[in-house]
Amino acid sequence: MGGISEKLGNMGVVTTTLEQAVNWGRTRAMWPMLFGLACCAIEMMSTQAPRYDASRFGMELMRASPRQSDLMIVAGRVTRKMAPVLRHLYDQMPDPKWVLAMGDCCSCGGVFNNYAIVQGVDEIVPVDVYVAGCPPRPEQLIHGFLTLHEKVKEMRWSDWATK
Amino acid sequence: MTLEKFANWEGTVDELKGLVSERALTGETMMLNMGPQHPSTHGVLRVLLELEGEEVVNCIPDIGYLHTGIEKNMEYKTYEKSIVMTDRMDYLNPMGNNLVYCLAMEKLFELDVPPRAQIARVILTELTRINSHLVWLGIGGLDLGVTSTMTYCFREREILLDIFELVSGQRMMSTYFRPGGLWRDLPDEFEAAVRHVLDTFPAKFDDYENIFVGHPVFIDRTQGIGFISAEDAIAYGLTGPMLRASGINWDIRKAEPYSSYDQFEFDVPTGQHGDVYDRYMVRFEEMRQSLRIIEQGLNMLPDGPFRSDNRKYVPPPRSELGRSMEAVIHHFKLWTEGFRPPKGEVYVSTESPRGELGCYLVSDGSPNPWRVHFRTPTFTNLSALAKLSKGYMIADVVAIIGSIDIVLGDVDR
Repeated sequence: MGGISEKLGNMGVVTTTLEQAVNWGRTRAMWPMLFGLACCAIEMMSTQAPRYDASRFGMELMRASPRQSDLMIVAGRVTRKMAPVLRHLYDQMPDPKWVLAMGDCCSCGGVFNNYAIVQGVDEIVPVDVYVAGCPPRPEQLIHGFLTLHEKVKEMRWSDWATK
Repeated sequence: MTLEKFANWEGTVDELKGLVSERALTGETMMLNMGPQHPSTHGVLRVLLELEGEEVVNCIPDIGYLHTGIEKNMEYKTYEKSIVMTDRMDYLNPMGNNLVYCLAMEKLFELDVPPRAQIARVILTELTRINSHLVWLGIGGLDLGVTSTMTYCFREREILLDIFELVSGQRMMSTYFRPGGLWRDLPDEFEAAVRHVLDTFPAKFDDYENIFVGHPVFIDRTQGIGFISAEDAIAYGLTGPMLRASGINWDIRKAEPYSSYDQFEFDVPTGQHGDVYDRYMVRFEEMRQSLRIIEQGLNMLPDGPFRSDNRKYVPPPRSELGRSMEAVIHHFKLWTEGFRPPKGEVYVSTESPRGELGCYLVSDGSPNPWRVHFRTPTFTNLSALAKLSKGYMIADVVAIIGSIDIVLGDVDR
């Protein structure tokens, strides 16, 4: 920063780093996977619906195929029967990929501390953002999106290879 | 076990012997996996389809991907604390689930519910029915290619969720009904909010019906698809709109009225053909009838107490806690230890948006229920999927699953 960028700024030119440009691009069109499990999936749909309108954040295009998605929103409780399927879906997503655990059940088991439910989806996939609530309001999910965007913007060149 | 192997492509078709036809074993027909992650299975249903070209020869639903152990978990909570589990069962009908569990408890405890609470329960349950049908309509529209209805239906649904939030503080998982009445009194703004719904919704239902009925693609994809006769519907134990679309006039609200439904006037819509189209039309009409019930309920909503004053089961009101030490102790005991109901077992059934929702409750006299079992409608309705989809095209399976209106939380619990 300093002399040259100030001068170029006056000429209507923006200088940035490749990291920042790529990360900015990734946050503007992040495609979530169309994948709902339980109650939270209904609130996830409300987030897409007119009142909350997730397309304001570039998050409206839900892809039914994991091969086209960047973000897996785990919306609902993950059962032991579903866990291998979920991992399978995660493995099918192309890099870079992120996981958002929506709601208490998939964050930590929630009210269902029993034989059937995986006590936190982070046992099977790496989670980037946890959203609390049972189910979280759409505002909370949008806050989760924005938190994820902040995280993506902080990513370094060296993180790209591992992400 | 065989089905699990099939999911990972380790098993052979031989192991599915008995579930599929002989022709699948020779490779004459093709096995196709659908779900559990599929946009049209309304959750995590998995269906194994046996196909001959595009025609469905057989279809095997594989459920259990959302088995939550709710019934078992309820045995470890006191009666009042286990109400929260029922919300999460059929998550499109939380108030209805609260209602059936509370009715079962009230029948077991012989607890009276004041009239204000009974009418309020009816109003809120009917609002929940509209809420559930709106989600079904929006998602069903997506399945059939009528994508715009999803945005419309969810727009209207937000208005209903605002009412639930107004009364209970939560949008979806309200846990508003308690044994003996309601958690708290209806707020003053409640009536105006519901009147707004009554004023605005009929025109919107007409709009939706026009979008669907006036659409040739919708007609082609639903009429004559997924037929089930009245005899078969009874034999499969179908209930709710599935049964009524086949021409049987059976509604628990009329047949065995509960929670003051006998004071209301409403019609039970039925279909004639028992196909996907009739199921759509029955649900459209049910939403209008629900509005009728809500209007009558608002007009007859009496003043008075909103919860029973039987102190064995109902904690003292908050106003007493500041004045009476005994009330504090009583409140503390009820919330930590719970109450001890008489021994016995009861069964109560209600009409959920999807059919007969029953609750079987066994008490051994301890503060926790000994056994809670729910007879959920979609579990039974889903059993007819193979019967409904045999002989139709693979794209029709999507329409048929949509018309069953499954909620996997309700199927698997």
